[in-house]
Amino acid sequence: MEKMFAGDQNGLQGDPRLKAISEAIRVVPHFPKPGIMFQDITTLLLDHKCFKDTVDIFVDRYRDMAISVVAGVEARGFMFGPSVALAIGAKFVPLRKPRKLPGEVISEAYVLEYGTDCLEMHVGAVQPGERALVIDDLVATGGTLSAAIRLLVERVGAEVVECACVVGLREVKGQHRLNGKPLYILVEPRQQTNCSAPSVNGVETCRRDDVYLSAT
Amino acid sequence: MMQRAFVFSSSNSISLQLSTPITPPVNAVFPERNRGWIAPYSPLQPPELRLRNYQRALPPVLCSGSDSVTNQQQMASQDERDPRISKISSVIRVIPDFPKPGILFQDITTLLLDIKAFRDTIDLFVERYRGKDISVVAGIEARGFIFGPPIALAIGAKFVPMRKPNKLPGEVISEEYSLEYGTDKMEMHVGAVQAGDRALIIDDLVATGGTLSAAIRLLERVGVHVVECACVIELPELKGRERLGDTPLFVLVSSA
Repeated sequence: MEKMFAGDQNGLQGDPRLKAISEAIRVVPHFPKPGIMFQDITTLLLDHKCFKDTVDIFVDRYRDMAISVVAGVEARGFMFGPSVALAIGAKFVPLRKPRKLPGEVISEAYVLEYGTDCLEMHVGAVQPGERALVIDDLVATGGTLSAAIRLLVERVGAEVVECACVVGLREVKGQHRLNGKPLYILVEPRQQTNCSAPSVNGVETCRRDDVYLSAT
Repeated sequence: MMQRAFVFSSSNSISLQLSTPITPPVNAVFPERNRGWIAPYSPLQPPELRLRNYQRALPPVLCSGSDSVTNQQQMASQDERDPRISKISSVIRVIPDFPKPGILFQDITTLLLDIKAFRDTIDLFVERYRGKDISVVAGIEARGFIFGPPIALAIGAKFVPMRKPNKLPGEVISEEYSLEYGTDKMEMHVGAVQAGDRALIIDDLVATGGTLSAAIRLLERVGVHVVECACVIELPELKGRERLGDTPLFVLVSSA
């Protein structure tokens, strides 16, 4: 699975916007449960320049890729997806938790730490052959994004050009699949220097005693 | 004032009470790129009359004092239609008997599939609020998250999500509000807004006004001035406008 970080790419290396975006994201320890360092993007949304830069970086990347659909994963994907869709001239399709979308839907189950959940999309929202971008705030295990890809590719026959996230781990312990689709991430999660929490949004991160990641 | 444009008023009545069920349509059709919107149950509801559109007059200045009465009078006398609004109205899909029998659900997801109509929706709000010194756009979970951020970005405001319980990490304040049966709670982050901020509250639709009222109370509790509530759709029969008290309400489409 191809995972690309914005700061590694030509043109964005050393881009000060990425550092500011990373620092605008608040880390909330032990949420939703002990041991998890939650990457809270709501503080990014409070910083108009950083929020705008986040959207601009995605728009610059996707504007010329002939993308006709931006699919946003409920609920934080809704905060980023529509702005990108509007700027690149694509339609926006919400991917939602069960029973939120009225009318006829298709659904894909995906695995959680304990149990399963389901992602739904409207029948007819996306046509076969359309080129789609999937957006969410953060990728952890990739389970949700994988379900989104299955909905779009296997169930509808669309083409997922890329999945885009604001935050994502450079390396993830254990296996996860994104169905062969590339993943584009702006920044890595931040940890406290003691690395006191072993996981980020449910995904184990600390494999060494020293600092795992810091904002670049 | 507003006149019913429908022939079959009972079946089109938007009410939380059970009404005589109409035959649900076969799968609603999404707008296709090269064809217009196809209404799924045109024999009962001619598409061009399905939603009555109006655009409230834009007051020259959004002042801090209450002007809801004035606005209602303006609404009463105003019948100009921005051509963008007819299109917006026509691409909103109505789903009968969702989430339960008797309710006609106003589905904005079809609006999001129409690139121009979605852009026009945002533009109409941005034209109204740009340059009005609004520092906060508060969007109500979850469909308020779709419209709020683009508006916030365009007018230079911060975006604050108003969420269901236990979604926001860290310290929150919460406000309870009534549902048809029981109550629900809305939460906002401590420190997201400051006293003196001027706020706009956004949601896709206003029905009874319960959710918007809770959002107003949350923001006012921390000293924020709520300049206006803005929604794509209003269901006027449910009198949400009155429930907002002194806070003005601006909508693009009224579904009577």
